[in-house]
Amino acid sequence: MNHNPQAWGRPRDDVYGAYNSQYLPQHHGGPSAHPTTHTQSPIVTGTSVIAIKYSTGVVIAADNLASYGSLARFTDVKRLKPFNRKAVVGFGGDVSDMQYLDRLLSSLDVQENYSHNNDDPEDTKALMSAKNLHTYLAKVMYKRRSDFNPLWNSLLICGLDEKNKPFLATADLLGTTYSAPTLATGFGAHLAQPLLRKAVPDEEASQKLDKETAVEVVRECMKVLFYRDARSMNEYSIAVVDEKGVELKEKEKLENQSWAFADQIRGYGTQTV
Amino acid sequence: MTSIGTGYDLSNSVFSPDGRNFQVEYAVKAVENGGTAIGIRCKDGVVLALEKLVSSKLLKKDANKRIATVDRHVGVVHSGLLPDGRHFVSRSRDEASSWRSTYKAPIPVSSLANRMGAYVQAYTLYSSVRPFGITAIVGGYDAETEVDVDGAVGSGPKSGSGGKSKGVKEGGPYLYMIEPSGLYWGYYGAATGKGRQSAKSELEKLKLDPKDGDCISLEEGVKEAARIIYVAHEDSKDKDFELEMTWISAVSGPTKGRHEEVPKELREEAERLAKKSLEGEDEDEEGKMEE
Repeated sequence: MNHNPQAWGRPRDDVYGAYNSQYLPQHHGGPSAHPTTHTQSPIVTGTSVIAIKYSTGVVIAADNLASYGSLARFTDVKRLKPFNRKAVVGFGGDVSDMQYLDRLLSSLDVQENYSHNNDDPEDTKALMSAKNLHTYLAKVMYKRRSDFNPLWNSLLICGLDEKNKPFLATADLLGTTYSAPTLATGFGAHLAQPLLRKAVPDEEASQKLDKETAVEVVRECMKVLFYRDARSMNEYSIAVVDEKGVELKEKEKLENQSWAFADQIRGYGTQTV
Repeated sequence: MTSIGTGYDLSNSVFSPDGRNFQVEYAVKAVENGGTAIGIRCKDGVVLALEKLVSSKLLKKDANKRIATVDRHVGVVHSGLLPDGRHFVSRSRDEASSWRSTYKAPIPVSSLANRMGAYVQAYTLYSSVRPFGITAIVGGYDAETEVDVDGAVGSGPKSGSGGKSKGVKEGGPYLYMIEPSGLYWGYYGAATGKGRQSAKSELEKLKLDPKDGDCISLEEGVKEAARIIYVAHEDSKDKDFELEMTWISAVSGPTKGRHEEVPKELREEAERLAKKSLEGEDEDEEGKMEE
């Protein structure tokens, strides 16, 4: 057996001769031995983003950590980006791709403001809604995955749609999109989503939910995520989007933590059952 | 213009024997027919104002805005041939966005004026093109607060060298005017178009030099700008016009560092005061005559 994984599944050199790389893209200084490759894995990453719709708006949260593998590398990274007073984007996944998207959105915002004044509260028709923004970002993500050069993120786009109703949807590195009254990316999809769903099982329940409860549920989820997600931290950002605009807090601390459950955990570390 | 008709005015980029470029001078003439445009650099921001002459009664009121946003913090008003102005604005936007993609930061107003000056000047050099038939006033606010590069995450190291000198004040309000020749200067107050002479003499009366102390505030600037447009309109009173005004303040000010339209209430108030001050002048004159 050939122990070089790169050779697995390829025609054997001793039978067919060396691989002809002649047709591969021409790089500077001649033909390359390998095909062009793009990002195969993220480097510096952000963990979960969670969000919930309530009667008149949306609450979204993400912690302020950017990890380098398992190393907690950057501890003041803001992963919630307000686009305008109607939309906020939460970024999970690769941080450099998040920066690219942030610049893309910033140039989009400049273009949106060429012809009209978006900050004028009376001029709401021309303002790009969260729904428009989600459509745009989903197309960007899908285009990049179709180029085999994905942006390694999972995004939550939340805010208000063109009728000023709460809007929440996701787009990921494959260009997959879906919408639900509660959403969570990454580890949060396993750890926080069940808790969010307990508070808001369906669309009807979200229309009855008030802002205070929504914020409380999200804060509770951030705490659970910190307890159980090893790539998370205790400082996080939380944003509320409703008709009054975006209210973003970027230096929230987890309160009333209780690690009483910790000594019940078996199977890790030094203890022997 | 004694040497007009001697053949030196037929092609762009050709000097006359006494060292003039006639095509550029004719372009200036095109500007002199446009509605008056002014810019005022105040203590805490810039105001741009335009006397938009209504060319047809069929045009919707307050639509078809003429003062353009180039980047978040920069606005352009121009006077002269409107399509030339459109192209100028379009090029300015390209410059501003390419600056952002290169330096990950907003373009300083001085750099934008410099690049656009060079661009306009290039249109005086070739026989295949004609000079810009506009004079543009570029106003903007370079942020004084420390701004992150676009797309920055986190705040970087809290100690150690950051390459910044403490206590050095940077940024502020800036105003430039670019002429068809490509010539541009920075101004405290700039005026162009049909009513520029009377607008300039009004601008000269304002306290605009920040070194002299009590330089006028942005809100005063808005009111003065409206008044000056009304004064400049006096000579062509028979024609209808609309007043268009935009402003740019510091991040701490009313527009949060952005180039925006002056809010309707404030503009209407400024217009009311402007009309009142003109009526006041008329009464004074009438009073003098009676004496």
